[in-house]
Amino acid sequence: MIAEDDEKWLAAANAAVKQNAFYMQRAIDSNNLKDALKFSAQMLSELRTSKLSPHKYYELYMRVFNELGTLEIFFKEETGRGCSIAELYELVQHAGNILPRLYLLCTIGSVYIKSKDVTTTDILKDLVEMCRAVQHPLRGLFLRSYLAQVTRDKLPSIGSELEGDGDAQMNALEFVLQNFTEMNKLWVRMQHQGSSREKEKREKERNELRDLVGKNLHVLSQLEGVDLGIYRDTVLPRILEQVVNCKDELAQCYLMDCIIQVFPDDFHLQTLDVLLGVCPQLQPSVDIKTVLSGLMERLSNYAASSVEALPNFLQVEAFSKFNYAIGKVVEAQVDLPAAGSVTLYLFLLKFTLHVYSDRLDYVDQVLGSCVTQLSATGKLCDDKAAKQIVAFLRAPLEKYNNVVTILKLTNYPRVMEYLDHETNKTMAIIIVQSVLKNNTHISTADEVDALFELAKGLIKDFDGTIDNEIDEEDFQEEQNFVARLVHNLYNDDPEEMSKIIFTVRKHILTGGPKRLPLTIPALVFSALKLIRRLRGGDENPFGDDASATPKRILQLLSETVEALSDVSAPDLALRLYLQCAQAANDCELETVTYEFFTKAYLLYEEEISDSKAQVTALRLIIGTLQRMRVLSVENRDILTHKATGYSARLLRKPDQCRAVYECAHLFWADECENLKDGERVVLCLIRAQRIADAVQNMTNASRGTSSTGSVALYVELLNKYLYFLEKGNTKVTGDTIKSLAELIRSETKKVESGAESFINSTLRYIEFQRQQDGGMSEKYEKIKMEWFE
Amino acid sequence: MNFLLGAFKPACNISITFTDGKNRKQVPIKKDNGQIVMNPLFQSQETIAGKIHIDPYQGKKVEHNGVKVELLGQIEMYFDRGNFYDFTSLVRELDVPGEIYERKTYPFEFSSVEMPYETYNGVNVRLRYVLKVTVTRGYAGSIVEYQDFVVRNYVPPPPINNSIKMEVGIEDCLHIEFEYNKSKYHLKDVILGKIYFLLVRIKIKNMDLEIRRRESTGAGANTHVETETLAKFELMDGAPVRGESIPVRVFLTPYDLTPTHTNINNKFSVKYYLNLVLVDEEDRRYFKQQEITLYRLKEETS
Repeated sequence: MIAEDDEKWLAAANAAVKQNAFYMQRAIDSNNLKDALKFSAQMLSELRTSKLSPHKYYELYMRVFNELGTLEIFFKEETGRGCSIAELYELVQHAGNILPRLYLLCTIGSVYIKSKDVTTTDILKDLVEMCRAVQHPLRGLFLRSYLAQVTRDKLPSIGSELEGDGDAQMNALEFVLQNFTEMNKLWVRMQHQGSSREKEKREKERNELRDLVGKNLHVLSQLEGVDLGIYRDTVLPRILEQVVNCKDELAQCYLMDCIIQVFPDDFHLQTLDVLLGVCPQLQPSVDIKTVLSGLMERLSNYAASSVEALPNFLQVEAFSKFNYAIGKVVEAQVDLPAAGSVTLYLFLLKFTLHVYSDRLDYVDQVLGSCVTQLSATGKLCDDKAAKQIVAFLRAPLEKYNNVVTILKLTNYPRVMEYLDHETNKTMAIIIVQSVLKNNTHISTADEVDALFELAKGLIKDFDGTIDNEIDEEDFQEEQNFVARLVHNLYNDDPEEMSKIIFTVRKHILTGGPKRLPLTIPALVFSALKLIRRLRGGDENPFGDDASATPKRILQLLSETVEALSDVSAPDLALRLYLQCAQAANDCELETVTYEFFTKAYLLYEEEISDSKAQVTALRLIIGTLQRMRVLSVENRDILTHKATGYSARLLRKPDQCRAVYECAHLFWADECENLKDGERVVLCLIRAQRIADAVQNMTNASRGTSSTGSVALYVELLNKYLYFLEKGNTKVTGDTIKSLAELIRSETKKVESGAESFINSTLRYIEFQRQQDGGMSEKYEKIKMEWFE
Repeated sequence: MNFLLGAFKPACNISITFTDGKNRKQVPIKKDNGQIVMNPLFQSQETIAGKIHIDPYQGKKVEHNGVKVELLGQIEMYFDRGNFYDFTSLVRELDVPGEIYERKTYPFEFSSVEMPYETYNGVNVRLRYVLKVTVTRGYAGSIVEYQDFVVRNYVPPPPINNSIKMEVGIEDCLHIEFEYNKSKYHLKDVILGKIYFLLVRIKIKNMDLEIRRRESTGAGANTHVETETLAKFELMDGAPVRGESIPVRVFLTPYDLTPTHTNINNKFSVKYYLNLVLVDEEDRRYFKQQEITLYRLKEETS
């Protein structure tokens, strides 16, 4: 409705402007000064309306503005025809209405300046003074905007053809400053117009007009001859005075931004304390962080773009000034939300990183200031602040791409203390990811300690907060990062490396039942790697008291893995024990090896009850045990015996059978002569066959279910026999094999076994071996079977 | 300048020319019927001289009892119509009784005439100067011809010319201080000044400066006062805030002003006032009137 009226009024005004402009043009064409003035005044009268919204008013203004261009030219010509410009200057002031009068005055004024008849200064002064008469904010703004527009290319400046002396220049400056001041006043005043209900709308409209005010600053910046001295002593103080005094949020915000954007970087740099000194004086609602961030961003870019500028930064102590200013701002704005202050520090940090990338102490100082600020507010709870602080902490990481550098910042962990758990974890992930992404080399235990301290959010739960909503997958992913991190820690010096491992262990063990299964393996393997390295060295270079002996480390690992068994991850613990046992074996530490086995066995007996798990575990045990070389005969016997015993006690017969024939390997180690007990091997195999028979019987009894199992077992057994035959176990006789083969054949005849391809492959293998030259075919000679005939 | 006045009389044609009529400045004067005519301009102590031509119409002769020319300064009150009051009356006899057969020219001269008052055309009163030529005749009625001329008197700038400065207001509502640079202005002058707003609690829409003329005629109980607004000049648009000062600059040239006349021959006075008017958004008017004195300054150029 209102908008419609708006349109209507605009249309009417436009029509009137058009008509009067036409008459004006006609009067101009016929050189009729009086009529030209009359119609131009009538045309300008349309601008007296109060009905239009700023937007529409602007349209109308632009239309009139274009017409005034013609008038200006006409005035110029008129003076050429002998009409004194002073007379014209007076003549236009006869207009009864103030607004048309002043528009005309500005128009003729601009011609007057050009004519060089009078000092520019006087005219400028007069114009800017006379314009005071329009106190209506909208109309005044546009009038003064017009004034600025028509005079801008005529302002005197150094080298200007108009007037070169310094006074004129200062006066031009004064003119622009005054016009700016008045415009800003009008602009600020706009908000008090009309009812308070429409405040929001009005603020929006005001915002649309802001460039009219800002243009003055632009003109100032373009004014020739405004050097640093003038800027510092005159321009800036005057602008800032107005900014502070207007006490208006919108204006302050916009103008500060304008100042920052419009004037050159080095001016800002040299007047930093003035500019910053103003910030605490602004209205509390002003978004200072945007302002300051704009400034810092600009200066950062400046520093980045020109290397020569950098010494200036040092010279003016830009950093300490910013730091101080921000402190002041935070102090002054008591109800500044945490997010706001953090953002401020974020920008300061970014600035510092840009400009003083080599000054870690500055970076640390920023962090310190932030800590001080945060200590007042306590832990951060709102999302926005958290987001900001993450960005804040992230900035140095991204800049240096090196966590080691971050670790040198003493205040960094202190900032992290103020994060809530969620954020802390997020941050920890970011840090760890940074390490992983950049492949950062972290090589001392102290660094590692500090790093884990930082990544605490990932490493352990916080007191009393067990988040049940954690997504399992995410959690694993996070812990994977930790595991990867552990792998990333490396030092060539085994001594230091062992220290690292100790440190890591210390931290990891705090992780709680959910984390341990995911993190400990990494630690264990990292340690094993070190052990292997130690073993690779000829002898222990440190003497016995050094921490980096394989024994010490294994000892440590033993304890570590034990922690795992406490948290119901016996499978994993068992595997790790076996890994350790292997390592111990490699280091020829018999007792340690035995110890590990004991632990593994105990675990097997006490913790592993699931039969499938048992099968797997047992296989692992057998596999590892088979490779043990350091064990004494008795110890080995004990362990072997136990293992065979476990095998026989598995639940499912086929599992039993398989476990038992695997046990056969325990008595036969290829490369070790004293570990070749052919008889016991065969015994095992026979026992296995017996179990297989039992399986066979059972399946026969319950025909129809799965009958293939037993045949497969036989074939597997056959393969085992062949293996030992090949290895030269003399106790394996051709008869045994033949009878087994016979058995398989008869069984396969009875039922579809489903194991044909396995059988055929085996047979083909036998055939092949027989045809080989050398000892192998000899061995196979014994098991000539009619099957193959 | 040949003005054919009173041509309805068939007997003869009388015309009056001034000696320096070609060069003398002419100024426009509004006549009773609304017509604007140009009349020659004189000032006090000038010599008014010229020639009077009497031109009988073809074949006619004019018998007369004498020809005279009079210089009259008259004040005419409109409410008392037709009743002239002559404050100046000078006579020159031009001819003894006789007959005129053909064009006859009489030179005349009033030297250093005292003309203390200016020509004035007001609402209720008129002051005019006129040359009256009378061809006196016995029975046919005299033949009379008039020639108006304008008198303007120039005065030097007043030695004392203080500014007008005043603070006015309505308590807790509006306080302003205004200042006009002078209290006496010549007719081509510029009023300069400033309006300071000391307190503004009303929503002002605009501010005008009016130039008002107050013409009072008659005396005592018969005094007639007529006030006209001759100029309405907008000084300010919109509502100022406390502390604003608004410039005043009013050129008097475009307005039809006369000098201030005080008690002219006990008949009338003309006074001028500046009226500062503030209008608020409810169209209420707040005003303050100040008298100014206008005078005619000798123009440098003429």
